[in-house]
Amino acid sequence: MPENANTELARSLDEATFRHLVKLAALELLAEEQVYLRGELNQQMRAIRELEAIQIDPGTPITSHGVPYTLETSPGLRQDEHQPSPEADDILAQAPEVHERYLVVPDIPHEDLE
Amino acid sequence: MTPTTADLPAHEQVRLLKAGELSALDLVNAALDRIAAVEGRAPSLDTYNLEPGDLDKIHAFITITADEARARAHQVDKLIGEGEDPGPLAGVPLAVKDIFCVQGTLSTAGSRILGNFTAPYTATPVSRLEADGAIVIGKVNLDEFTFGSSNESSAFLPAVGNPWNPAYVPGGSSGGSAAAVAAGEAALSLATDTAGSIRQPAAFCGVVGLKPTYGRVSRYGLIAFASSLDCPGPVARNVRDAALALNAMAGPDLRDATAARVAVPDFCAGLEREIRGMRIGLSSDYAKLKYPDPETGELVEQEISAEVQAAVERAAQVFAGQGAEIVPEVPMPNTRSGIPAYFVISRVEAASNLHRYDGVKYGYRTPDQVEDLPELYRRSRGQGFGPQPKLRILMGMYVSAEQYEKDYYDRALRVRTMIRRDFERAFDPEGQYRLDALLTATTPTTAFKLGAVYGDSVLMQYADLLTVAANHAGIPGLSIPAGLDSTGMPIGIQLLGPDFSEAALLQLGWAYEAATESEAWRSIKPLVLRSVAVEG
Repeated sequence: MPENANTELARSLDEATFRHLVKLAALELLAEEQVYLRGELNQQMRAIRELEAIQIDPGTPITSHGVPYTLETSPGLRQDEHQPSPEADDILAQAPEVHERYLVVPDIPHEDLE
Repeated sequence: MTPTTADLPAHEQVRLLKAGELSALDLVNAALDRIAAVEGRAPSLDTYNLEPGDLDKIHAFITITADEARARAHQVDKLIGEGEDPGPLAGVPLAVKDIFCVQGTLSTAGSRILGNFTAPYTATPVSRLEADGAIVIGKVNLDEFTFGSSNESSAFLPAVGNPWNPAYVPGGSSGGSAAAVAAGEAALSLATDTAGSIRQPAAFCGVVGLKPTYGRVSRYGLIAFASSLDCPGPVARNVRDAALALNAMAGPDLRDATAARVAVPDFCAGLEREIRGMRIGLSSDYAKLKYPDPETGELVEQEISAEVQAAVERAAQVFAGQGAEIVPEVPMPNTRSGIPAYFVISRVEAASNLHRYDGVKYGYRTPDQVEDLPELYRRSRGQGFGPQPKLRILMGMYVSAEQYEKDYYDRALRVRTMIRRDFERAFDPEGQYRLDALLTATTPTTAFKLGAVYGDSVLMQYADLLTVAANHAGIPGLSIPAGLDSTGMPIGIQLLGPDFSEAALLQLGWAYEAATESEAWRSIKPLVLRSVAVEG
């Protein structure tokens, strides 16, 4: 089977897959936003499908950083020492809701395991 | 024509300051006066309605830190008064792209979700520029989280106008940076480039933009988009200023494990050196590519704008005239895969980086009553993010899903290797081409009109067609102005070089500037400045 045989994905993003992605992404979307986003995702998939036509030699490695990332050029490891943040109060001041230096959130749903 | 204080290059401002002809306060006040003259109403999160006059102004600044800037100017002037060295960028007004954290200052990323966020610390490149004497005068607009090529996706509107014609886009995502520097609102800007976000707006606004090698400049304090591609770099009015700015910001940083531990040369030292014998490549793979037809949206093979290509060819002649060797027909066959691969890689990294915005730790939280924590997340993110971040999150999750990862993400990373190999072959000192630099257009066209492309996320992405390969490969790229098109909009050309070769690119850029110094187009001012009264 050629590497690019997964044409089913390439067709288009169906409603169920879109809903699943939106749920995973933790986004509440308006109806008109959903139409726009799904349309654009499908347009982008047409561009991404250009990748399928590229002949890739089987041994080609992946590149996760363009510039080689080596021991010589990367900074040395820092000492494993506790360094308190001097700006803890400034950081906490950015939180939408704080109580006695705890971040306040609404109910966290949970299930009791058997 | 004598340029006004605000329009002087940064290095000239510093010279006059050190000669006692101007104070740092004069420099800051000149920039603030210019802002008052050309800026127009400030971009905000309010519901936006186009008003008459919006399309005549720049709207670059989300935040103007006038008081802090004047206070720093006093400090610089005091240092000079005490006979101390105030630094190589002393008094230079600096506009910081609002994607960098500056302590105690709003740092919004152009997004509602960070619309109220005051940074508790300062990004390394900002503090290094300040240590060299530069003075932050404000934070400039950008596409939301840098996701765009026109600045129209910012949550802070009106959108930034191009100083050469404010009804046109300044490019993006560093559109506020390029517009501010072109309009004399700042002498320098600190920006970022993930697919072309420094070089493309620099080309559109007729200024210099440098994307350094990945790892040359620390990303500490940069609000992350695509962590393997993001590069901080300068936007400047000329090549020497870009070199000065890079001198300030380059170098390793213990706070960024990807900031490379490599020697940092003085980027100004070799600028005026002869370019005789340097090898500059041309590639038809940068002149004819597959990109969407503006009418139909279909991906079709087409040539880039004839006027832009002509500027590249003219530049090659200029370089040849100075003794550089022009190497024609350098094959760069994987250039065309840059955008499709970027659609995958950047989205996966963006989705990962955007999961931290949750309405709990900082930033926007929905004011609505919610049942539980998941609803708080969904609603805060739904209301806080604009359409472009939402698109990137969804696409990133899609192409990295377990069942599709091999076909898309993994494949894109292998294509990235092929793009990198094109450059390695071209720059190999033992190879067939042995290039010092590849000369290309920065953009397939000059700036487009506001509203002409925005909304079409595919067409917008292809604005980075000629710049994105350098981000995949990690190599440096310099965009410099190379004339105006028949409608009077700037044309940019790009020099790409091997890893950590910024000094050579700047040397070539300086040589081009010097050789074309007397060309008529260089005396033409951006439209918005033609009506500005000439101040001292």
